[in-house]
Amino acid sequence: MYGALWRVLPGPWWVRVLILLVLLVLVLWALVTWVFPWVDSLLNANEQGTVGT
Amino acid sequence: MSAPVSTPGPAADESPRRGRRNRGGARVSIVGVFGELLVTAGVIVLLFIGWQNWWNSWVLNAQQNGAASQLSKEWLQESGESGDGSTASSAPSGSGSGQAQTSSTIPVSDEPSHAQAVGIMYVPRFGTEWRRTIREGTGDDVLNSYDAGVGHYDGTAMPGGVGNFAVAAHDTGWGNTFLHMQNLRVGDKIYVQTKDGFYTYAFRNYEYVQPTAVDVLLPVPHEAKAKASDRLLTMTTCNPPYHSVERLIAYGVLESFSKTPPAAIASEVG
Repeated sequence: MYGALWRVLPGPWWVRVLILLVLLVLVLWALVTWVFPWVDSLLNANEQGTVGT
Repeated sequence: MSAPVSTPGPAADESPRRGRRNRGGARVSIVGVFGELLVTAGVIVLLFIGWQNWWNSWVLNAQQNGAASQLSKEWLQESGESGDGSTASSAPSGSGSGQAQTSSTIPVSDEPSHAQAVGIMYVPRFGTEWRRTIREGTGDDVLNSYDAGVGHYDGTAMPGGVGNFAVAAHDTGWGNTFLHMQNLRVGDKIYVQTKDGFYTYAFRNYEYVQPTAVDVLLPVPHEAKAKASDRLLTMTTCNPPYHSVERLIAYGVLESFSKTPPAAIASEVG
């Protein structure tokens, strides 16, 4: 999978590394912004500081 | 991140064994992709743990502190600009700048609309850097936010009001806002800043209750029929830390109000 991704990417090795780094940052940003808060809300559905909810 | 590392293997294998790859390649690559997916999932789980314990706790803690400082500065500037006029008219009834005022002159604002700022909280026992914006409502949009962390229960008293000024926050995660709530000692000061000035509450006692115990929010906690005369503060968070079996409640009583920052937090404000 990652090997295929490496072969599909154009350019010399350092261009590919650069593209991969950009992709990695995008993936991490999506995880932190959407995925992790969503998973956290599933795991801690009860873990509120409030009474009565 | 594993991509550059894993490439030399397949890439090196490719050229001498191109013929074999076509026959066995499909089966091997399915297993290989499955393995890579598993490794990726493992890395993501580790990242999530890191996010929970570092980013979502300590980085967010700093962000929420910063947001509260920002708001505090804006409010102090606003009151400074309009200060000359308003103090001139209200000074005769007050006892001078910075002095505690009698209960009849304590200003109480109206409850703002949802997610609007109610006040800024300072609790020296939680750390000298600790401060939080209190926003209206106790939903995830307030408690799980980058710029608040403390939510004001809808319909409860506002800062300084007769009755119960009730707020909630997480103890762990989302800024670790009330992580140190069980460290409060009787008499510890809890300061709440609004556009009007600074309300000083003193911590009085704890209570451990079930998550369903909404009567801690009553104007007189637990006493639905009692008529409120005290100006209370109620803080709720989950207990024990990292779990939510119970709720930890901390009660405080209003001690004083002053237009200027109290000496204890004067250096931190603004």
